[in-house]
Amino acid sequence: MTVATALTTSNPGLSLQLVDLSARHPAARSGAAAALRGVSLRVNAGEQVAIIGPSGAGKTTLLQVLACALPPTEGSYTLDDQHPWQLPRRALQTLRGQLFLAPQVPPLPPRQRVVTSVLAGRLPAMGLWASLRSLFYPGDIPAAFQALERFDLAEKLFERVDRLSGGERQRVGLARGLLAPARLWLIDEPLSALDPTRSRQAIATLVEEAQARQLTLVATLHQVDVALSHFPRVVGMRDGQVAFDLPAAQVSREHLTRLYDQYEHELRGEVLVVSDAPSAAPQPVAMHCR
Amino acid sequence: MNTSTLTPFPFGSPPLRDPAWVGRVAWLSVLVVLLWPLTVATEFKPWVLLEADNLRVSAQFISSFWPLAHSSEFLLMVARDTWRTVAMATVGVTLALVIAIPLTLLNTRVLSVSALSGRMARVPFLVRQAVRWLLIVLRSIPELVWALVFVRVVGLGPTAGVLAIALTYGGMLGKVYGEILESSGTQPTETLLRNGSGRLQAFFYGLLPTSAAELTSYTVYRWECAIRSSVVLGFVGAGGLGQQLDNSMKMFNGGEVASMLLVFVALVALADRVSAGLRKALG
Amino acid sequence: MNAPKAANQPYRLPPSLFDARCQACWLSAGLLLLVVASFWSLDLQWAQFFSLDAARSMGRFLSEFFPPDLSPVFLKKVLIGAWETLAMSVLGTLLAAVAGLALALPASHAPTRHAAVARPGWARTPTRLVLNALRSIPELVWAALLLISAGLGPFAGTLALALHTTGVLGRLFAESLENAPPGPADALRVQGVPAGRVFWYATLPQVLPQLMSYMLYRWENNIRAAAVLGVVGAGGLGQLLAFHMGLFQMNKTATILGVMLLMVAVVDAVSHVVRRVLTR
Repeated sequence: MTVATALTTSNPGLSLQLVDLSARHPAARSGAAAALRGVSLRVNAGEQVAIIGPSGAGKTTLLQVLACALPPTEGSYTLDDQHPWQLPRRALQTLRGQLFLAPQVPPLPPRQRVVTSVLAGRLPAMGLWASLRSLFYPGDIPAAFQALERFDLAEKLFERVDRLSGGERQRVGLARGLLAPARLWLIDEPLSALDPTRSRQAIATLVEEAQARQLTLVATLHQVDVALSHFPRVVGMRDGQVAFDLPAAQVSREHLTRLYDQYEHELRGEVLVVSDAPSAAPQPVAMHCR
Repeated sequence: MNTSTLTPFPFGSPPLRDPAWVGRVAWLSVLVVLLWPLTVATEFKPWVLLEADNLRVSAQFISSFWPLAHSSEFLLMVARDTWRTVAMATVGVTLALVIAIPLTLLNTRVLSVSALSGRMARVPFLVRQAVRWLLIVLRSIPELVWALVFVRVVGLGPTAGVLAIALTYGGMLGKVYGEILESSGTQPTETLLRNGSGRLQAFFYGLLPTSAAELTSYTVYRWECAIRSSVVLGFVGAGGLGQQLDNSMKMFNGGEVASMLLVFVALVALADRVSAGLRKALG
Repeated sequence: MNAPKAANQPYRLPPSLFDARCQACWLSAGLLLLVVASFWSLDLQWAQFFSLDAARSMGRFLSEFFPPDLSPVFLKKVLIGAWETLAMSVLGTLLAAVAGLALALPASHAPTRHAAVARPGWARTPTRLVLNALRSIPELVWAALLLISAGLGPFAGTLALALHTTGVLGRLFAESLENAPPGPADALRVQGVPAGRVFWYATLPQVLPQLMSYMLYRWENNIRAAAVLGVVGAGGLGQLLAFHMGLFQMNKTATILGVMLLMVAVVDAVSHVVRRVLTR
């Protein structure tokens, strides 16, 4: 028995398909190359896929396209045979409710409590009244506790988010995913602020949960060894294109050397760690007449 | 930390209750208990607004807003009073500068020669404290109260309003000028003073260049505030748009009230623009 | 952003009189003109102000301030007035905070990194207009207007404070909402969470300390405003002040002024402490 049955009723994952898809970032300059260029990829329901590649390869953009946050400029994207960008707005929102995207920087408001932040994963399935009540008194403490327990954070349940370390915050962000009513998990660099031991634990938990719930999981990873050892399938990306798409066992040293050509330091695992403290917003200067 | 995450049944016992619960309920009850006397003290009875009598009067007044008063005679009067309002603010701020600048120079610690060698001498220290208190008194008394006083001394008219603005704003400018000067770099000034230049020289060559833009910007902002103030001062008889507004309200002349309110909103918006533009131009 | 640069820079003429450097001279000339015109057009009665007569009446005024009337009966009256003023300022600020927040939502563009989940912002301009109108009419003018519907007394004053402060806080709140980091809200929006819940779970917890600090700031403002609102009949200390000053009872006026200043100082201190606690 696993946590999956305790947390949610298991619903099978979404399948997704990209055909010849290109996308560019809205903030990007018009002259710059598109972040994704002609990507074709098929992920079956209940499959776990790791995406590796040097920085700037378009991994994050790919996840944003998969999360229906960024419309493709060319090509098609289908989720369970639905074209998300052709759906009416309401249907698209419902579809988004079945996705969970964990960005690289954990999206937690600093002064919120961990329990609230984790339970926020359930918002797509909660009514307005229930969600407001849960702000005042957390709706399902045991569920939040169990989700945190999976990431060794149970004792931080009622702590404030800004009192956690960067790594702890990142794991809270992942625990939120366990509560989301999602059929597709999109996890962006879940380990950027974690030490090696914690990294392995966290990724093992994610993959285990995804398998138990038969969810589809797509994760981008900097740590190539973690990707190879925990994921059945690994996709290598470079310059906005798919370089290889293989079962983990078939990824060879050569594949990796070519993928990380001129980025060898990243292959060795030296990556920029996301800054620890959340940056405070600049205070607007307010003048008063008195 | 336990390492049981990967064992098949890893749960500790989840806490039953949110520990913050009691605190939240307590704060909420305190809030409600405090809110009650507040509503009593302010006679907060929103339904009064909906009583038939009041509703009729309000509806009558509001419906008389349209058509706006627009006879040429009235418009001329509004234009004249708008100018008087602006002029009152301008003169008030000018006089406030006359009050604030000397007081600031006396008050600024950086300009103290005796403080260079550690502690300030006794007499300058006392002078500074006196100036500080004077500034506090000047700005703590609302301009409306000053105006009430001066209306009784010099009679109705803009003189009272100008004086009221001058005193209150003199106190405010003096305080903020002091803060701006103290917060700018003191090194150049101290060097000048140590090398034997006079206080005024040190001020002009050391302090002013670094903080001139900020000082001007704040002054312009206060001028914008003074325009709002001078309208309010009209209500106690200092002339200008406020006084006309007060008269029209007392006569229940909605059309005139509405026109003047519009003019006033436009005036404030204009002053806001001009002030923002000026501050931007001054950097 | 980076426009392609010309191979060689075009030859620049020296700035003309209307240009760059002399903008400042023109501004100062304009200001000087404004000041001179203002002095000239107002018939200021300096003669009267600096006359012996005025000096004497001023002196009499000041001397009559002392001793302040500290009789228990009057002091009690003043304290009740002070409590009324305090209540007006607190309730007015609270009402304004609620209304300001409600208006700040449509008045702000929710910041987002994903254009696809952005909320349409058609309400922004009209709401900002309303906020500006509320803000540009001072409390005292609102009070004078509201006396007609709400009658004499602190209720009109409270509403007047609330209306003006709604305009001020609404604008400040809208600005902080727009400056909030978009990450947490985006994460929920991408999950298909409706805008209202995104606000409660992601945006509000981020900006709440700043909103509170603005609110306290306005409270410090409003206690000063509330103290004088009574001059037009809207209750509180101001009403007492106008009444006793009208009767030239200067010793009573002195008491009222003293209590007023004391109250303002206490409120400032309390607000300062609360702000320190909140931003901890």
